[in-house]
Amino acid sequence: MTDIFDIYLLEAVVNGILLGGVLALLALGLNLIFGVIDVTWICYAELVMIGMYGMYYLVQVFGLPYYVAAPFTILLVAGLGALLHLLVIAPLLSAPPINQLLATGGVLFVLQSFATVAFGIDFRNLGIRMPVLKLFDMHFSYSRLLAFVAALIGMTLVYFFMKKTYIGTAIRAISQDRQIMALMGVDTRRIYLITSALGGALAGLASCLLVLQYDIHPFVGLSFGPITFLIVVLGGLGNFVGGFVAAFVFAQIISLGGLFSDLEWGYVLAFAFFIVMMFIRPAGLLARRS
Amino acid sequence: MTIRQLFPWIAGAALILLPFVYRQPYHLHILILILIWSFAYTSWSMMGRFGLVSLGHGGFMGVGAYVTALLWNHLGISPWIGIPIAMLAAALLAVVVAYPCFRFRITGHYFVLVTLALSGIVLQVITATRDYTGGSLGYTPDRTKGSQLWALQFDDKVTWYLIALGVWAMGIAIWKWVDRSMDRYALEAISEDEDAAAAAGVNVTWEKLKITLISALMTALAGALYCQYQMFISPDTVSGISVSLQMVFAVIVGGLYVSLGPTIGAIITILLAEILRIGFGTKAVGWDNLVYGVLLVMFIIFLPKGILGSILDRLKIVRKA
Repeated sequence: MTDIFDIYLLEAVVNGILLGGVLALLALGLNLIFGVIDVTWICYAELVMIGMYGMYYLVQVFGLPYYVAAPFTILLVAGLGALLHLLVIAPLLSAPPINQLLATGGVLFVLQSFATVAFGIDFRNLGIRMPVLKLFDMHFSYSRLLAFVAALIGMTLVYFFMKKTYIGTAIRAISQDRQIMALMGVDTRRIYLITSALGGALAGLASCLLVLQYDIHPFVGLSFGPITFLIVVLGGLGNFVGGFVAAFVFAQIISLGGLFSDLEWGYVLAFAFFIVMMFIRPAGLLARRS
Repeated sequence: MTIRQLFPWIAGAALILLPFVYRQPYHLHILILILIWSFAYTSWSMMGRFGLVSLGHGGFMGVGAYVTALLWNHLGISPWIGIPIAMLAAALLAVVVAYPCFRFRITGHYFVLVTLALSGIVLQVITATRDYTGGSLGYTPDRTKGSQLWALQFDDKVTWYLIALGVWAMGIAIWKWVDRSMDRYALEAISEDEDAAAAAGVNVTWEKLKITLISALMTALAGALYCQYQMFISPDTVSGISVSLQMVFAVIVGGLYVSLGPTIGAIITILLAEILRIGFGTKAVGWDNLVYGVLLVMFIIFLPKGILGSILDRLKIVRKA
């Protein structure tokens, strides 16, 4: 009896790690935008939702293979991210930060209701059945493995982009000092636009991966949006490594919580954990104590 | 000046007398909804005007509505006792979340994101406990036969109108009371610069916690009233992120820094929703929020003080000139 229980526990732990990859990807996108532009996109999970619909239409309606549709979706959401910046954030750059945040809240409304109006509230899915990997009596779906690996690859690419290219260096420099970089001859507006597109692209990648695991409906963003916000706050907004670690911690809590009870209670546990952590490490998981 | 001083009393008397003169049920229904939501929006603006932007109020409203209804259905506890319990529950939730935020100086973006998660979590809990709350299908308090004072259920709209009017007036009174208190200056100082306020001897954590408690208690009452009036609640209508954003939207449209701003916001948003509903019929699903969202973005970009706030500003400039 105990053996079987341990297998389930191990399976939940591994699934938690796999979930953590995708959550880390989402957190990275939010952190990137916050670190550089100092704006939080409340509607981040809704961009992912639009991307999921993009995948659905490309694969189910236009009949493209999954791996061909994915780059298109990533481009689509990257474009949406750039558009969001141009239309909403850019006019508000000098306004109080809260106004920018609330404006993206308005965009959340727009995207959700646009999806409701355009696609209806029916649940849809890609209809792709990924095989299940059996390992020592444990079951892992390939869709989760694929998501985990792709998320890691995506994050590594972003890492090298930030470290090795001129634009990446400029992005990192701007996140350290906004005023000086403009004096150094860096076109801040262009960097902001590129960062927004990059943040959008990460959301696009996440949507390609999540579409394999979730049914698509206009409110699907709510099932991973709040948890992403908790992750970036716990990791410290703008702190990439912190967000990465926090994503895996939360994924474990959700996965293990889901093992003992419903998935929703996993979220509640994660929130309780978050409140406790605020008492212990208020400035973020990896913040140095001053 | 006498007319200026008399005006609120005349307006108040007119509002009280209105249902005895004019009792078209549909229009009264809209008025009741406007009053209840105005009260909810006013309670949000109590915090919002001091830069404490919370997206967790959908959570408080949900607690207010569901605790009241659950106590009535499962334990037979009258809403007269259930509503205070629900309000206390919401206050407790507010303290548990807000105290660490304020104590450890989680402000600005961080605070918004934490409260945002809070309303998401309340929604999850209501959905997860579907055996008791009906989950996402919604929940109906058990009906009594006819109007019953102890069950807080009334068949006629006039009673409800007067209750909603009274609660709304109380909300405005609390707003004015805070506006005249010393705490207002402390909170304004905090919203400008927390460190400077603390250095000047303001107890930052306690001041913020006080206004949060007032706001949460009022929001829970609004949720409970909405539940008793509509006799149907669902997670999407009384809790969650979209309700929180709806509050922000209405307050910003009406005007965040004036006492009647949230009320103007409620009138505009509810009329807008009703017009869209009548104009589009069942096709309106989604359209109202689409218009809301676009307007919210436009208002924040072009008219951040809201309609009433901007009008009052214009009047002040004219008067000074």
